[in-house]
Amino acid sequence: MKYLIIGNGVASLGAIEGIRLTDQDGAITVVSDEPVPTYGRPLISYLLAGKIGKDRLALRDEAFYAANKVELKLNAKVAAIDVKARTATTGAGEILPYDRLLIATGGVPFRPPMAGLEGEGVYSFTTFAHAEALAEAAAEVKKAVVVGGGLIGLKAAESLFDRGVAVSIVELAPRVLSAAFDDKAGAIVSERLGKIGLKVFCNVSAKEIRRENGKIKGVLLSDGTFLEADIVVVAIGVVPACALAKDAGVTVDRGILVDEHLAASEAGVYAAGDVAQAPDMLTEGARVVPIWPNAYNQGYYAGKNMAGDAASYRGGLAMNAISFYGLATTSVGLVNPPADDPRFEVCDIVNAEAGTYRKLVFQDDRLVGCVLLGDIDGAGLYTGFIRFKFPLDAEAKQKLIDGAPSILMWPENFFDANWNPVGAKETV
Amino acid sequence: MKKVYPNKEVCIGCHLCEVACLTAHSKSRDVVIAYKQEKDALGLSPCKTVVHAGPACVALSCRHCEEPACVAACISGALTKNRETGRTEYDEGKCVGCWSCLMACPFGSIRRHPIKEKIVKCDLCAGRDIPACVEACPNWALVYEERGEK
Amino acid sequence: MAFTPIGKKYHDFQVVRDKDACINCQVCVRQCSYGVHTFDENRKCVVHDNSKCIGCHRCEALCPTDALLIQEKASDFKANACWRPEFIKYIYKQAETGGVLLTGMGSPVNIPVYWDRLLLDASQVTNPSIDPLREPMELTTFIGAKPDALAFEQTPDGPKLATKIGPQLRLKSPIMFSAMSFGSINFNLHIAMARAATELGIFYNTGEGGLHPSLYKYGANTIVQVASGRFGVHRDYLNAGGGIEIKVGQGAKPGIGGHLPGEKINAKVSETRMVPLGSDAISPAPHHDIYSIEDLLQLIFALKEASQYRVPVGVKIAAVHNVAAIASGIVRAGADYVAIDGMRGGTGAAPGMIRDNVGIPIELALAAVDQRLRDEGIRGQASVIAAGGIRCSADVVKAIALGADAVYIGTAALLAVGCTLCARCYTGKCPWGIATNDPSLAKRQNPDKAAKQMANLIRAWSHEIEEMLGGMGLNSIESLRGNRDKLRAVGLSQTELDILGVRHAGA
Repeated sequence: MKYLIIGNGVASLGAIEGIRLTDQDGAITVVSDEPVPTYGRPLISYLLAGKIGKDRLALRDEAFYAANKVELKLNAKVAAIDVKARTATTGAGEILPYDRLLIATGGVPFRPPMAGLEGEGVYSFTTFAHAEALAEAAAEVKKAVVVGGGLIGLKAAESLFDRGVAVSIVELAPRVLSAAFDDKAGAIVSERLGKIGLKVFCNVSAKEIRRENGKIKGVLLSDGTFLEADIVVVAIGVVPACALAKDAGVTVDRGILVDEHLAASEAGVYAAGDVAQAPDMLTEGARVVPIWPNAYNQGYYAGKNMAGDAASYRGGLAMNAISFYGLATTSVGLVNPPADDPRFEVCDIVNAEAGTYRKLVFQDDRLVGCVLLGDIDGAGLYTGFIRFKFPLDAEAKQKLIDGAPSILMWPENFFDANWNPVGAKETV
Repeated sequence: MKKVYPNKEVCIGCHLCEVACLTAHSKSRDVVIAYKQEKDALGLSPCKTVVHAGPACVALSCRHCEEPACVAACISGALTKNRETGRTEYDEGKCVGCWSCLMACPFGSIRRHPIKEKIVKCDLCAGRDIPACVEACPNWALVYEERGEK
Repeated sequence: MAFTPIGKKYHDFQVVRDKDACINCQVCVRQCSYGVHTFDENRKCVVHDNSKCIGCHRCEALCPTDALLIQEKASDFKANACWRPEFIKYIYKQAETGGVLLTGMGSPVNIPVYWDRLLLDASQVTNPSIDPLREPMELTTFIGAKPDALAFEQTPDGPKLATKIGPQLRLKSPIMFSAMSFGSINFNLHIAMARAATELGIFYNTGEGGLHPSLYKYGANTIVQVASGRFGVHRDYLNAGGGIEIKVGQGAKPGIGGHLPGEKINAKVSETRMVPLGSDAISPAPHHDIYSIEDLLQLIFALKEASQYRVPVGVKIAAVHNVAAIASGIVRAGADYVAIDGMRGGTGAAPGMIRDNVGIPIELALAAVDQRLRDEGIRGQASVIAAGGIRCSADVVKAIALGADAVYIGTAALLAVGCTLCARCYTGKCPWGIATNDPSLAKRQNPDKAAKQMANLIRAWSHEIEEMLGGMGLNSIESLRGNRDKLRAVGLSQTELDILGVRHAGA
């Protein structure tokens, strides 16, 4: 069996580990246009902030590829796929035959139409190369504007700030972290960033990047504010990199459509990670949920299925953990339910003194979402309640709301099945 | 693989497993020094947690899952699954303290280090034949055995 | 401490905490069910209240740094041979409460322990001793009526036994777990006794609290008891075990009944005993249908009928003054065995005055009963089981030499699972999880562990019994029964020697 994996993100790594569970011998080839083996992509903010060195980026040790008998083609790009002939052709003209193909090309940073965007001094922040370029730039510049107050934008802003750059953040939505967080949580994060010295501008968009002799002078906002800047980081999201798949005739919606086996429309073709539109644990139908654990899991399940172990992917669960200057935050599941839907019940508790915030979203008698700021120690337990979909009575709900989730609230047989299989014998 | 299985029907909530865990992971390997010096100075803390609810209690730690959610969530490569030993391994040197694993683990088995930006997780007492918690349990509520799970 | 009533200050124990070793892990706080240890938030350390300590040693046993020592409080009243401290304290307590003083376990009073005055024989030169590790050694014991003689008939296949032998309990070792009811001790220990008895090929006794259907599977090694309260007695129960025992009396409290407080009647106890949830379960002092040996005969045969004569039916009595005559009547009433419970036998709850002052020691009672049955020529009609204060394998050997077929152990079995004889069984707060149905305490007895400990104990004793038998040149426990020549006494009066039927050492 010949496996070909396009991309070397975490989905690709998951696929290798998934394939090798059942197939120890099949040839695995990974083609990546990046210069390094799979690395912890979110670590680029730690790298940019100077918290870690390049040596700590790799997600697996050096021996990993050899031990798993993987041929790694770095700095190589797949130009075309022939799903009928089951071959891929690289930019250099090399033809790579496959029996099973995984498209794990990830996402590409979205660049909005904006005057002055083209030219030097505009950066994205999703790859090792971006981080290196920004690190180099940060040494030279004094002021930066980050367009986009999502996870990537905020981490880029924080990292640049740590390098001594004055940073302003521009966010179109009424709050930062609009996807994962709500107004209150966003406000707490904004406040924290403000205290540290970062400027946050919400409810405005960047209208134009003003340049002088090609060099950036600043950013003009939709409300007329002008923010001086030497560089601009555009971080308003990523879009699935599906061009290759689309050209090959693979069915693409927002991402490459895959079923619970991560199989795409064409035989032998699979997709995983930020490029895939896969089943979701909490909602009907397939979604693109471009987050790290989903990418690994999709890759892992794709790998298993590619190797012939027909395993069903249980669906992705949106989750993000991120810290801003010591303020730890987590967000899991459905955290911003439609306001007018009576099936949902939202409870949130702000403890200004302790600097903590807890928001729980219930759908009927189940927990479907959870946001924690500050005190995140129970995050995993809440995730358990979301993932295992335990029905909750009023008392159990209250315990969760009070910040006291416990494994001892699990249904008896579920507890035993997971913690003590065959386990508890006859007792009192 | 051999795993630690907690039996909540006979867990007596004494927390001796925590004492043993903390001591086994201390530098001094001495229970008194571990508690009186290392706990405060180094933030030494147990990987084991005894949870209580009325008369019920049980001592929990990493299950070393077949498909660990923490490994999938780990952005730094600090958490990996060793397919040979079956253990979910943790390399503190690589951890960046992003708390993704803590959030992803539906069993709540990962904790924050009290001082460092690192996590604390059961390593099944690497280097010991029987994990310290199992050895310390006075009521056989923790057993370390093979139950045919991967 | 200020503001404490005076009586409370004369407490029995003192907690000594080594501050250098204490790590404030609070294991003691969590383990003490009497609230002795607490974590003081202001002082930021674990502190204790000596007056609450009952001397169970649970904290001392579980302290990971050996920082705790439980001592008797050294404070003494002025020496007085008559007014010993216990009497003074009893009076203080009763003056305050006006109540009967309750206690638990067996009597600690200083009456002679005759086991300690009896010594065993061993072979030298003229008759060889036997090494049980190299040669067969038979401990198997049958409890039940034995025929006076055996008849055989000739068949084409050779001679065949013609005598019909009644039902027997077959024990691989002459030791059984004594009656301790479900309720007085908890279900975990019943599981443990049932499993241990099954594993060992011996029997355990349900006590008077009935038998939960989930334990019927251990029925082949179970004696089901019928007592004055008739708790949990029904057709299935009577047929669930390998033997039936009518309990008339108990060594720790002869002449009085029992009282299991409603707080101990949880759902499972209620279901098993067939009494309402939370209501007191009263065992009357007498069986209200037994006022004579003839009445007892009726009950014995009613139970034999109910169990279709498949299992032996025995009678348990407390060792009292006329025990020999009573035992004779019981055997004549058709009992397959008589169990005699001496005054040191344990209890879950009894008035201290009764426990410490009523009844006689098992050694004297056993010797008297065995002799009386022999004298009357009915010793073979029933087996004799000795109970109440059997502490070690040598006690077992001595009991059998005095005439017992087997022994019951209760206190020793509980000691095997951690009991420290603190004697507060009646409070329901047993810190060792034995005499309690509080779920948070009862689970301190893991049935797996308890069964192993009980089985280990019997195994160890059995090995020792084999060694002692071998030393005496015997290769079968049968050869020891009533063989008082294997015993000699030290320091006893002629009267005691006569009752025991034992010669003085050197004689």
